[in-house]
Amino acid sequence: MKKTNTAQGNGIAPDKAQRLLVLPFRKSLEISFKSIQARFFRSLITTTTLVLAISFFSFVMVGTNAANGLLSTGEREYRQALVKSGYDLEPDQVTVGSSPKQRWIAILSLLVCVVGIVNAHLMAVTERFREIGTMKCLGALDRFVMRLFILEAGMQGLAGSLVGALAGAFFALASFGLRFGSPALTHLNWGDILGSVGMAVGGGILLSLLGVMYPAWIASRMQPVEAMRVEH
Amino acid sequence: MNNIEYVVRVSEVTKSFNLGKIMVHALRGVNLEIATGNYISIMGPSGSGKSTLFNMIGGLDKPSSGRVYIDEVDIAQLDAYELAWLRCRKIGYIFQTFNLIQVMNALENVTLPMTFAGETSSAAMDKGMDLLKLVGLSDRHSHKPNELSGGQQQRVAVARALANDPSIILADEPTGNLDLTTGEEIIALLKRLSRERNVTVISATHDFKMLNVSDQVVWIRDGLVDKVENRDELSISVGQIGARSESETA
Ligand SMILES: Nc1ncnc2c1ncn2[C@@H]1O[C@H](COP(=O)(O)OP(=O)(O)O)[C@@H](O)[C@H]1O
Ligand SMILES: [Mg+2]
Repeated sequence: MKKTNTAQGNGIAPDKAQRLLVLPFRKSLEISFKSIQARFFRSLITTTTLVLAISFFSFVMVGTNAANGLLSTGEREYRQALVKSGYDLEPDQVTVGSSPKQRWIAILSLLVCVVGIVNAHLMAVTERFREIGTMKCLGALDRFVMRLFILEAGMQGLAGSLVGALAGAFFALASFGLRFGSPALTHLNWGDILGSVGMAVGGGILLSLLGVMYPAWIASRMQPVEAMRVEH
Repeated sequence: MNNIEYVVRVSEVTKSFNLGKIMVHALRGVNLEIATGNYISIMGPSGSGKSTLFNMIGGLDKPSSGRVYIDEVDIAQLDAYELAWLRCRKIGYIFQTFNLIQVMNALENVTLPMTFAGETSSAAMDKGMDLLKLVGLSDRHSHKPNELSGGQQQRVAVARALANDPSIILADEPTGNLDLTTGEEIIALLKRLSRERNVTVISATHDFKMLNVSDQVVWIRDGLVDKVENRDELSISVGQIGARSESETA
């Protein structure tokens, strides 16, 4: 048998075509889903902060949509009822926005939520050093590991913000109905409400992905030798 | 030397760890040549540098100086992608702590390296089942690691190490977390595989049970190769050790 000292032309480093390392998307999805399942309680806690923040966001948005629906009827008594219940309405104003206070609370809660997500994922990375190291020993590339973490966060983000957005919308409408009676619910602009819910869901997923970027990067750079660590 | 194919060659390898105030010299100039298809034991007391050498041979860590060749390729020359490819296709790793992926069942653990290597799902499944049968666990393929005993987990790990038909199996204290009988079973399994599949098995250990099956024993002490003994030279030391371990247990 011949010996070669270059990286070319032998078993270790054949040409690109043979030197394939892959993790198909379906498989990544499957692994990420299993990871969430296996740590369901942990995932639930991570997701809860997102649910709360997004539901508040959606509550504010949908509440504003409902108030605008009521205003659009042009009837004076609804207008007065809205002013009485705390909406700042100038005499010539035909739409309302959310109050600055509400916006601040929403932004703050979203920020807190991102910090929570970063923290939860960083802990998950340190906990899973052996799993990550082992995958690297089996041939996983940095980007496989990164993708797994991002997919996990994406799925958590999707589930959490769907639940949050729907819950927020539900409570907004319920409280509106209670305050202004059933006519309040017959004048809703469902298109706007759907838009708000969609925005809340999209925002939630985005925040979740934003929160996992740094932890996923840390995880992807973990060395295979980590798999060898033996605690004494 | 040119007539023998060395699957692993270690040349003047040193490794030091900088612990701030002190330097730990884990390896202090190791030279080693390992021929294809042999069962090699790296023996030495705890802290002698076995795991460090194991990491160097496996491409898991870089030497402070010196070279490691696998199939005559200097692995320091490989980029990250090529190293990952080497780990995936050329080397199978077995760990003291088994290191199965906890969220996957036995079969999924075995097929994961094949997935990385681009094998189709059904081909990987078939081969995975064959490998599990080979290690005597085909009826446990859907069990998660925490539903398996230590010995069974290590068998799954052996099957996983064989997934992409590596030319080298590296095992660091494979029996370290197993009881006597289970450990012997794993050793016998590794020995059988090395013979049947012509895989080079390199195992770092301080388990003297390994001596009986080894073609070659590399004794390590304080980061240096103390001596290398071939099978035929071994009987004497085995006798000594037998006596020693008997007196220990007594
Ligand atoms: N990552 C590390 N950082 C610092 N010192 C290390 C590290 N790994 C190993 N060592 C030291 O190197 C020496 C050899 O360790 P090791 O290779 O694990 O021995 P063995 O596997 O034979 O028990 C020991 O003194 C150990 O403390
Ligand atoms: Mg060790």
